[in-house]
Amino acid sequence: MASALKNQISKQPLTFQEVLFRLQSYWAERGCVLQQPYDIEVGAGTMSPDTFLRVLGPEPINIAYAQPSRRPADGRYGENPNRLYKHLQLQVILKPPPADIQDLYLASLEAIGIDLREHDIKFEEDNWEWPVGGAWGVGWQVMLDGLEITQFTYFQQCGGMDLDPISGEITYGLERLTAFLQDVDSIYEIVWARDPRTGREVTYGEIRLQEELQLSVYNFEAADVSKLWEHLRMYESECQALLASFHEVFSKKAEKEAERHEKKHEHVVHGDGPVPAAEDLQQQLRRFPVLGAYELCLKCSHLFNLLDARGAISVTERVAVMARIRAMVVGVAKAYRQQSVGLTA
Amino acid sequence: MADFLFEVGLEEIPARMIAAAEDELARRVFELLTREQLLEPGQEAQSYSTPRRLAVLVSGVREAQADMEEHLTGPAWNIAFKDGEPGPAAQAFAKKAGVAVTNLKKVQTPRGEYVGASTVRKGRTAAEILEEALPKEIAAIYWPKNMYWREGKPERFVRPVQWMVALVDEAVIPVEFAGVTAGRATYGHRILHGSEPVEIVKPADYLKKLESAKVLADVEVRRQKIRKALDHATRKVEGALWREDEPLVDTVTHLTEWPSVLLGGFEHEYLELPEEVLVTVMRDHQKYFAVEDAKGKLAPYFLTVLNTEPDEEAAGIIQHGNERVLRARFNDARFFWTVDQKISLADRVDMLQAVTFHKELGSYWDKTQANREIAKRLADLVKQQGVAVDEKALLRAVELAKTDLTTELVKEFTELQGQVGGLYARAQDEGEAVAQAIYWQYSPASMEDAIPPTVEGQLLGLADRIATITQMFGIGLEPTGSKDPYALRRAANAVVKILAESAIPLTMIELMGWSPEVSGRLGHNDDEAAKLLNFLRERVEFYLRDVRGFAYDIVNAVMNNVVSGKVGVGWDDVRDTVARAKDLSEVRGSEDFAAIATAFKRSKNILRQAAEKGLLKAGEQLDVSESLLTDEAETGVFRAASKLAPVVGELRAQREYKAALEKIATLRPDVDLFFDRVMVMVDDEKLRRNRLALIQFVLESFSSIADFSEIVAG
Repeated sequence: MASALKNQISKQPLTFQEVLFRLQSYWAERGCVLQQPYDIEVGAGTMSPDTFLRVLGPEPINIAYAQPSRRPADGRYGENPNRLYKHLQLQVILKPPPADIQDLYLASLEAIGIDLREHDIKFEEDNWEWPVGGAWGVGWQVMLDGLEITQFTYFQQCGGMDLDPISGEITYGLERLTAFLQDVDSIYEIVWARDPRTGREVTYGEIRLQEELQLSVYNFEAADVSKLWEHLRMYESECQALLASFHEVFSKKAEKEAERHEKKHEHVVHGDGPVPAAEDLQQQLRRFPVLGAYELCLKCSHLFNLLDARGAISVTERVAVMARIRAMVVGVAKAYRQQSVGLTA
Repeated sequence: MADFLFEVGLEEIPARMIAAAEDELARRVFELLTREQLLEPGQEAQSYSTPRRLAVLVSGVREAQADMEEHLTGPAWNIAFKDGEPGPAAQAFAKKAGVAVTNLKKVQTPRGEYVGASTVRKGRTAAEILEEALPKEIAAIYWPKNMYWREGKPERFVRPVQWMVALVDEAVIPVEFAGVTAGRATYGHRILHGSEPVEIVKPADYLKKLESAKVLADVEVRRQKIRKALDHATRKVEGALWREDEPLVDTVTHLTEWPSVLLGGFEHEYLELPEEVLVTVMRDHQKYFAVEDAKGKLAPYFLTVLNTEPDEEAAGIIQHGNERVLRARFNDARFFWTVDQKISLADRVDMLQAVTFHKELGSYWDKTQANREIAKRLADLVKQQGVAVDEKALLRAVELAKTDLTTELVKEFTELQGQVGGLYARAQDEGEAVAQAIYWQYSPASMEDAIPPTVEGQLLGLADRIATITQMFGIGLEPTGSKDPYALRRAANAVVKILAESAIPLTMIELMGWSPEVSGRLGHNDDEAAKLLNFLRERVEFYLRDVRGFAYDIVNAVMNNVVSGKVGVGWDDVRDTVARAKDLSEVRGSEDFAAIATAFKRSKNILRQAAEKGLLKAGEQLDVSESLLTDEAETGVFRAASKLAPVVGELRAQREYKAALEKIATLRPDVDLFFDRVMVMVDDEKLRRNRLALIQFVLESFSSIADFSEIVAG
């Protein structure tokens, strides 16, 4: 057995960045658009608009991107070998999911050097839910030799709306996966990169340990609670104002459309009366920054998580603030849909 | 006769849902074939399943229904035929029946002569019927959680359907469901066989073909293979045994198509962590079986059930991977344990204000206060009855009981709440009595669990649950029908079990802090106490019947005994009720006792009829006048009963129920003679009232253990 292990190791497993390259290439070769990480703090790849908003509506999309995901309460000052404040997910969205999506997924594991005949792989029930986003799906956690390496989800609802078509979501935990491939016991020992000229290795710890430590200190000790609340209120009120004005514009457009329809009818019947131009309203709707409102939601969500890690949210507040963020997130999702429908109508 | 095979291939079905779905599919197919008269008598459906398939195989299927001769009756003969010539009515009927007018016959009916027609309805083929009806049967299978996947959301099912096989002998039935048409191709193990289809030529080949494609479709075969492999792998460790865990065996059986077992190990140092934590990590998080040494102590090994058959090299890799995961999990647990020790349980009490118990009822800090009030009251009551209680330890345990909800370890392993608190209390020198009480507070969680071993633990468990039940009822959250979101029935079941199986000498009424008058509210539903009382009575009944397995008539009898002239209050003393049920079950088989039960039923009926006829007022107590006893048989019963009543009363007071019941059975000759010779409902009013008084006296003297009239002869 020892020699077998040595064989495995001597194959020289992929570095952290190679795992990411290989998976990205794999999915790009299968028709995925490769997107870059979203540049606002999110708790999971699902919250990036490339998932949360693109799964809405009928337009098909295949997209993949790495997403640093921040969970302030999970920070461990860099002391725990298995837990991180910020970890990297590779998120793949296939809408609609192809019938052989499971086989595609398994082949992606082969692409990073996992010979499935030498491992034990199971799809165990694990359903996903993000109540704040009015989103849920059914699926599995994929277990490889007892390790959860992927969350596999068939999205059913998002923003409180039924999805049709649904999306298949594949989320790889890149640190776990690479630690497994490299057979290291601590995330910080993962080889991030290896200089092909010199063979010099750079570890995950060298790149990220300092950040884990300092941001744990910030999240748990230094973040100014009253300022966080202030930021939260500011982002929240701006987002709510945007949503309110969207509804104004949108209902105006709907009204105008009804009016125009009537006028057209009159025109046909009576042969007179001007038809109002709707182009300016159409233009207004197209320009409306629903995506800006969504970014404000993400800000609120992250601030909420920070306040939570600081232990600054009482039970009663928690429920109330979560309900307010939910109203905004779901509101944005609905507005996003109304906008698309309005523009294609 | 043909064989019929139907298999639906799916993406991995959740393990917890497979067994029920397998049964349901088999039942639906069997019932369909039966309903359509396509099945020879005496056939059974064989059902199979793996995570990726549900299948059913039925032999003795007819290829087609038998042709059916049908006899139709039409209009009256003399209306349809005038002078032997068919009129419009005859034409219309012939058309409707699908026969020529010349084939109409005259039939005799009780109402006279009518027009009749015989037709033969051609039997439909099994293929036709199955193709048409099976999609509806598949679609109707119940899943606890469904999904849709195709555009336009045409159907909901547990997971996407990948393929179907439907064969009547060698013929494919092209059943369509979820965009898939059934054929003869199934699929083998994902990895060991790969994506090559496996052709099934005829249903009887099904299991064999799958086996050659590395799939064991028979659940029981898989289960036995796993059990054997667990035994086998454990043998590598001298004297070791794997810890029996039926639910886990079941889960891994439904997670695998081709199972095998690997033994792994972990470092000795982790054995310093509490066994509870280690076992929870292994069982609940990793689905590993724990291993114990010859003395029953946890050994540093685990068993994992694989869904593959690795060669030696692969086995080494898989074992190494699993060991790595387990080590990381144990490290986490150890990290949480160490972090948690930085704040003692005592210092966590105030942190409970931030943990919601229920939004209307407040935090766990508030709940702790409510629990303390009740625990104090119960301790006082119990002490008055002479039971030793360490009250200080009890109140300390109540104070700290919920604080483990704020610890990292419980946040990570919620199923260990209570146990973690107990372990921490011990580590923080709170004393053994406190630690034990906290540790066991949620026991029994199910009716198979043991009750807490100490009085303090029992009282804490009672106080906690009574507080929850009363508060929830107080804001209208009592369980209704199948809805019991706060698991109050389970909480009350635990209360009943603790009362029944501990030495705590409290009745339900005392426990709830009610005045005895509340017992009169039974059967009412107009106030909270009445609702609670009925609810608790139901739980006692459940305990006797479903947990202890007493026959329903025994349960009715002991719950409707007479206590100080009142019926339906005796169940309140749970332990006593159990004892009565036990002894009554033992004597019920004797012939003498059965006769007594019959006589008591008769007596009760007579009294009821008398009351209905207005010969007796409701609840009226009659006195027996000895001078009016005219028949020897009357005197005999009266003397025997009068002599026996104090003896039985004494035995009852001593809780010697079996002896008391045996004494009561000795009344039989006198009672039998009485009912043979004496008529109660005679015309003479004085005599009648005296005889009613006599049977009332006998009934009441001997119904304090049970209402024997409830016993069903058998």
